[in-house]
Amino acid sequence: MLHRLRFIPGRLVQSIPVAFGVTLIVFFMARLLPGNAALAILGQQANAASVAALSKQLGLNQPLWEQYFLFIGRLFQGNLGTSLTYQIPVSELLSQAIPVTLSLLGLALLLALVISVPLAALAAFRPGSPRDLGVRAFTLLGQGMPQFWLGIMLILLLAIGVPLFPVGGYGNSPADHPYYLFLPSLTLAIAMCPTIIRSLRSSMIDVLGSDYVGTARSKGSYGAALFRGHVLRNAAIPTVSVIGVNLGFLVGGSLVIEKVFALPGLGSIMINAIFTRDFPTVQGVTLFVALFVVVVGILTDVVYTMLDPRVDLSGKENA
Amino acid sequence: MATPLLSVSSLTIGIRRKGQPDTVIVDSLSFDIQKGERFGIVGESGSGKSLTLRAIADLLPKGVEVLSGSIRYDGAELIGMPAAQRRKLMGPEIAMIFQEPMTALNPVVRVGEQIAEGPRRYLGLSKQAAAELAIEMMAKTGIPDPARRARAYPHELSGGLRQRIMIAMALSCGPKLLLCDEPTTALDVTVQHQVLRVLEELCADSGASLAFVTHDLAVVNQTCTDLAVMYAGHIVESGRVAEVFSDPRHPYTKGLLDSAPDFDQPDRELVSIPGFPPNLAARPSGCPFAPRCQFAVEACTTAMPPTDEVAPGHFAACFESARIFEGAAA
Repeated sequence: MLHRLRFIPGRLVQSIPVAFGVTLIVFFMARLLPGNAALAILGQQANAASVAALSKQLGLNQPLWEQYFLFIGRLFQGNLGTSLTYQIPVSELLSQAIPVTLSLLGLALLLALVISVPLAALAAFRPGSPRDLGVRAFTLLGQGMPQFWLGIMLILLLAIGVPLFPVGGYGNSPADHPYYLFLPSLTLAIAMCPTIIRSLRSSMIDVLGSDYVGTARSKGSYGAALFRGHVLRNAAIPTVSVIGVNLGFLVGGSLVIEKVFALPGLGSIMINAIFTRDFPTVQGVTLFVALFVVVVGILTDVVYTMLDPRVDLSGKENA
Repeated sequence: MATPLLSVSSLTIGIRRKGQPDTVIVDSLSFDIQKGERFGIVGESGSGKSLTLRAIADLLPKGVEVLSGSIRYDGAELIGMPAAQRRKLMGPEIAMIFQEPMTALNPVVRVGEQIAEGPRRYLGLSKQAAAELAIEMMAKTGIPDPARRARAYPHELSGGLRQRIMIAMALSCGPKLLLCDEPTTALDVTVQHQVLRVLEELCADSGASLAFVTHDLAVVNQTCTDLAVMYAGHIVESGRVAEVFSDPRHPYTKGLLDSAPDFDQPDRELVSIPGFPPNLAARPSGCPFAPRCQFAVEACTTAMPPTDEVAPGHFAACFESARIFEGAAA
């Protein structure tokens, strides 16, 4: 097991140039946004003199490449710059928002698995049956509903219609957070389910038709024991990479959902920062999201390796 | 004679179709396997031999079912038996070995655990005891260094070792009937020989009966005491292996024997059987082999020949058997 995880350090080293490339793209894309940060801060009515003064103070007049090297230089010191709107370090802003978004994603993933695994199994054990058709209809429905709309519907239904959950916000104490996060997580989970269910259903059907499930049946294995012992782990292998890829997209979705549910996560910060041309914050959030996707990629490979003993990414033995 | 361990009678397997006649793949098959007997079922691909075995193990592929007939194991009728009760037979009473040791083992579970699964379920062994039994079974099948190999995953073992694992798994609960579906087809010849030896020895030790499906006549000759030759879902000839091989009484059996190389007579010319097996959806009336049979007469294409006892314990289903074979001998 452990020797097959030797690929991790190498993968981490590989992600350094990726991260560097990300800083380049992030920095210059942010500069491509039309509009002037100083103008955005001071408002449309500001006079030209004060705009010029603020631009100078923010270093916006320097050549782009100088601004970039300043940005990189600070980045190496762990300094993401100061938010132009809030006038506090971006790192401080991120450190408050990241836990919110990560717990949102984590809970969403958990819910998605809790919903998907039984539904996929239900469908796969009787392909073509009414319950299979039902599950497939659900995946179609889940895919057809836009996330923000689904979020609003859930609020109308479960927060206003039947006041089970809060309409929005994050709660005041850590004990409150899961309760406040439930509806937004459910929204994301429902958006994520169709892909997971489809992938799991088809791989479960493959596994159920495989010779080794025949062998297991010939040993008298059936039902839940057959499912746990022989079906689930094999069927999960292709689905893990599907989930890994989708987590990246899910971050994008979470930005919108956070806005719908008024969660003080990265999404809210990002959207405000874009509207106010708060470049350092935009850069900080984007950099974090990019690194998150890189880390998820590595984690996907780790989980994959742990599930499937045939996978050896270290490239030493099976070259 | 005592009650046979397995008695298959008029077993018909096929695909049910709505509003159309069913497609029959195996047509009213009957044979008995006595305790301790090693019974070979020989036939070419698509003759229904594997399906017959799978019907006994209740592992027919989706859509294919037993249309009629009976399978009695140790006096108990298996067809119509509640699934839960029938499942309990699988492992301690009946076990199965599959054709492809590459795909018949779960790729993500250590082989020792796969062997231990049955004994844990049926013999009520602790995890520890079952693991020890698994290692012991592996040692019995001649796997060197079984304690270390038990911790291996299937892909880390060779085909021969994997098939030994399958044998260890099948025998772990001490079954009385072992169903083998071409267990050596995927192995090379030397390994094939070793695996068959192991299988034979272990069956002889435990007194288990063997139902052995193969297309390889040499394997039957080496392994089995009795055999049935299947063609297009019918048994065309059956009897003691030695007798059927030396004195075939059905033109198909004779064709099979003539088309296989014989190392005692390397100069003998191999004769192939012309034509192909019939399409099961459009079965010819009469003897299914008639269209390919050089001895066929008119009666062969109109009625199914009855199974006659051509010699004590030797059966053949051919109208012309006496004319062809006794005439040739005379």
